[in-house]
Amino acid sequence: MTRYTAVTDADRHAMLDAIGVASVDELFCGIPQAVRRTAPLELPDGMGEAEVYAELRELAARNTSVEDEISFLGAGMYDHYVPAVIDMLMGRSEFLTPYTPYQPEISQGGLQVMFEYQTAICELTGMDVSNASVYEGPSALAAAAYLAKLTNGRTRFVISRAVHPHARETLTTLCAGYGMSVTEIPASEGVTDLAAWRSAIDEDVSAVFFSQPNYLGAVEDPEPLIAAAREHGALTVCSADPLTLGILEAPGKLGVDVCVGEGQTLGNRLDFGGPSFGFFAARNEHVRRMPGRIAGQTIDVDGRRGFVLTLQTREQHIRREKATSNICTAQALNALAGVVYLSWLGRRGLVELGELLVQRTAYARERLAAIDGVSVLHSQPVVREFAVSLGVRDLAAVRRVIGRCAAERVNPGHPLGIDYPEFPDGLLVAVTEQRSRADIDLLAEVLSRALTAERAGAQTPQAGGESR
Amino acid sequence: MSDLSETAMQRDRAVTIFEKGQVGRRAFTPPALDVPQRSLDELIPARLRRTEPARLPEVSEPELVRHYVKVSRRNFDLDTGFYPLGSCTMKHNPRLHERVAGLAGHARLHPLQDPARAQGALELMWNLERALAEVAGLPCVSLQPSAGSHGELAGVLLTRAYHEDRGEHRRTVLTPDTAHGTNPATVTMAGYDVVKVGTNAEGGVDIDDLRAKADSDTACLMLTNPNTLGLFDPNIAEIARIVHDVGATTYYDGANLNAVMGISRPGDMGFDIVHFNLHKSFTQPHGGGGPGSGPIAVAEHIAPYLPHPVVVRRGGEGTNGSHREFDLDYDRPKSIGRLRGFQGNYGCFVRAYAYIRSLGAGGLRDASEVAVLNANYLLARLRALGVCELLPPAYDRICMHEFALTGAPMKNELGIRTLDLAKRLLDYGYHPPTVYFPLLVEEALLIEPTETETKETLDAFAEAIAAILLEAREDPEIARNAPYTTPVRRLDEAGAAKQPVLRQEL
Amino acid sequence: MADASYPPELLYHPEHDWARIDGDLATFGITWHAQDALGDVVYFDAPAVGAQVTQNEPYTEVESVKAVSDVYAPLSGEVIEVNQRLAEKPELINEDPYGEGWMVKIRLADAAQASGLMDRDAYVATLGE
Repeated sequence: MTRYTAVTDADRHAMLDAIGVASVDELFCGIPQAVRRTAPLELPDGMGEAEVYAELRELAARNTSVEDEISFLGAGMYDHYVPAVIDMLMGRSEFLTPYTPYQPEISQGGLQVMFEYQTAICELTGMDVSNASVYEGPSALAAAAYLAKLTNGRTRFVISRAVHPHARETLTTLCAGYGMSVTEIPASEGVTDLAAWRSAIDEDVSAVFFSQPNYLGAVEDPEPLIAAAREHGALTVCSADPLTLGILEAPGKLGVDVCVGEGQTLGNRLDFGGPSFGFFAARNEHVRRMPGRIAGQTIDVDGRRGFVLTLQTREQHIRREKATSNICTAQALNALAGVVYLSWLGRRGLVELGELLVQRTAYARERLAAIDGVSVLHSQPVVREFAVSLGVRDLAAVRRVIGRCAAERVNPGHPLGIDYPEFPDGLLVAVTEQRSRADIDLLAEVLSRALTAERAGAQTPQAGGESR
Repeated sequence: MSDLSETAMQRDRAVTIFEKGQVGRRAFTPPALDVPQRSLDELIPARLRRTEPARLPEVSEPELVRHYVKVSRRNFDLDTGFYPLGSCTMKHNPRLHERVAGLAGHARLHPLQDPARAQGALELMWNLERALAEVAGLPCVSLQPSAGSHGELAGVLLTRAYHEDRGEHRRTVLTPDTAHGTNPATVTMAGYDVVKVGTNAEGGVDIDDLRAKADSDTACLMLTNPNTLGLFDPNIAEIARIVHDVGATTYYDGANLNAVMGISRPGDMGFDIVHFNLHKSFTQPHGGGGPGSGPIAVAEHIAPYLPHPVVVRRGGEGTNGSHREFDLDYDRPKSIGRLRGFQGNYGCFVRAYAYIRSLGAGGLRDASEVAVLNANYLLARLRALGVCELLPPAYDRICMHEFALTGAPMKNELGIRTLDLAKRLLDYGYHPPTVYFPLLVEEALLIEPTETETKETLDAFAEAIAAILLEAREDPEIARNAPYTTPVRRLDEAGAAKQPVLRQEL
Repeated sequence: MADASYPPELLYHPEHDWARIDGDLATFGITWHAQDALGDVVYFDAPAVGAQVTQNEPYTEVESVKAVSDVYAPLSGEVIEVNQRLAEKPELINEDPYGEGWMVKIRLADAAQASGLMDRDAYVATLGE
């Protein structure tokens, strides 16, 4: 008996009696000896709650979170402010502990939230229909690819190199399964190279993919990208950053077929990369090929308004091998945080937040570009993230610079050279509403110092005080 | 329509957040602009900017809170009552896990933080991997997949990579006809064809059928053991041998792991690849449909193909003695690549790790033993109350952590179906068991009590079912028109599918 | 449709489809048994006019809330007309499977194929078990 099970000796006695066996061991007699484990698992003994807490705290203490440093780290997940109401609502038993709503009469809470979430995503993206969530951004993009494959059965995908490296890689990994190839289009001056994009698209292309803004922080010019795809009957997929959609045009308005994206910035924590959620929205004509759960409105026998999971014949539990996806468990609780966040921000809040981000990001880019040796990697319009060249020799140098900044408890951003060898001294810098002007000024100061030291060839102090 | 017998919650009609609020209300106040303001047109050309705003709600914080708290009350949940959904393992979600997952060092850690400054997280992941490896009996683990079916996809893609690396191009994957729908769906997504293997009279894999269908075109067999009927297949070693003899891999769907932790290990049963559902056996709260996490454990010969990055431990004794260093390794030339961004659902890892540290080896074994004890006891109670005359077990054997009943006799004798029984159970304050799955069983009812339920709860549930049957014998219309007391009554699902309304119109 | 019925003038296919033959044209639909097993039909995936259908092979799908079913062609031919009303009212397949619930009209490729179909009594006998 542990603190989660409750079988007392008296219970066990009565239960074994009722079943008609002499011992619990007898219940496992159907398992052949050859596959029975007799020795205990080689795991440490269990501990009480307080001890477990102490261990988890000790592990937490050895992580530098955004509470321990002023962070300009982005590249797909961002330190936006998560309001307290979200913690409270996500912690409620009624939202936290139920299963997927298979019995709608007692799941109206969850189903209504899905319906509201779907509405919010449609409003945000300008698309006709949304599902109730997928896992996260990169796999949402891969799911859009699968929809395109089911729709037109063509053989190739075309994707901009300015799409998040994780999304590009996820697409390639999944495509390898069902045998389609991926053509990557380079970026030029920070945005997708239009000429290369156009010449890569033909009647073999099933779908094209671009991000808005792209991984380098640049606002793309979507219309010619979409037009080129239309000309050859390819589906268009836009991976959009949801918090920029108060400022940037809705992908639905531009006529894309599918709009997906990473939902972390909508009320979800960083959590070292997950769980968050991916959103998946499309034009009406694609609804029957969409993956995942979809909540629909209906009425009950007495005419009361209610909600149910609908169009379930798309899904794995019914259509099995011909399903639109294998997805079962998704990210319902995180999507709840998403719709609560969007309702909290509100119609004007989304716009105001976007405007604040644009102004602060522009200021940050200007301040950093003014540092000796630093130049912008591109001068495209940006909303919340931008790229600079640090003017140092290579990726290793960039890491040293970051290390010096970290020692002063400022994290200046993500080294681009990891995924883009063509930008060996690139740095991706993200500015959220949590980074004040003072923080940005400090970043400029600290980065400048770190670069000076790098050029002078100084020893890198470790954040913890040890030297290598 | 209004009725004196309507409950308060029923009278309270559903209103979405979009239908509440007023223009000008707000819950969010932006920070003041503290940088020099530049012209927006200058920063972002007007033609790239939004023309029509998103019509999000305009509500104050109190309105927001009241709306969502009210909406939450229209949900039944596991903290409130018994939830015996077969194959879902609805066991208690310890609240300690929410506290530790909320620690800033875990919750507010950026995924791209320098590994040198995320040692706590990497060590947690490493420890979790080793624990899962021990439970599975397979040495190499990836925590990356986001859910069970994502883990399944990983497993089949790993299989593909393994075969292709040896110059083989196979075409099919075997799954039993009792398989969960995610299995065949996964097979298609991974570019293979499904071949179904039959089930024998005892509820296990039909060995002769398997022998006939396993050939050089077979890439993999996907199985869960115990299976979706809650039965442990005594022929498992033979099954694995047949599949390995044709050079195919064996994949274990971990959805039913709760029956065998510390008792039998998939690796010892002969499986090469296993996925776990952290949101089943390892207490990640189900959240109404996620988040989950589907880590995989594999045998050595499959390890080279694992998704990257892989968590590694470098060195052992460093300059400071026993200081360990954990890292994320991308140097994996044969890796299938990535299934998603970053490292996986770390928040779920924290909770699963806290659970494993709480229970230890003895506690995990106890969990499985009690899960099986509870299921068999519940079945015994149902028998004793005469329920099994109308709802006999599909297979008359000792079950594992769950069991399947068939409602066919009940349908014939009482004129009510499994669906009606389920809907009437809602009025009795229970979440019904899984219905109409597995497909093999007519009018199926799949019941999994889990180990965190008390004997008293099981007794009460058995009595509720007996009472409903008695009621139906007198008047079958009661169950046929149930439920009566839930926030809404039986819903028109056909109407929802015919004329889909998938968003609030504004 | 409340009671089982199988009109005697139609021909039947073991996969629960019927055919009404009129010279070199035929009309297809699904039987009472099929619609009863499916439950309330919510969606009929209409094939295109001009599409070829092949005897014994599925030519389309029909969906209820909880199931998808292939619809098999009793005879081979070319689709010349599709029942447009089913888009708005798929429930006609349940209410009147042999009349208003008809699915497609085809031009037969080979009228002799009809001899391979069952008459009403033979089909009803297969439902016996």
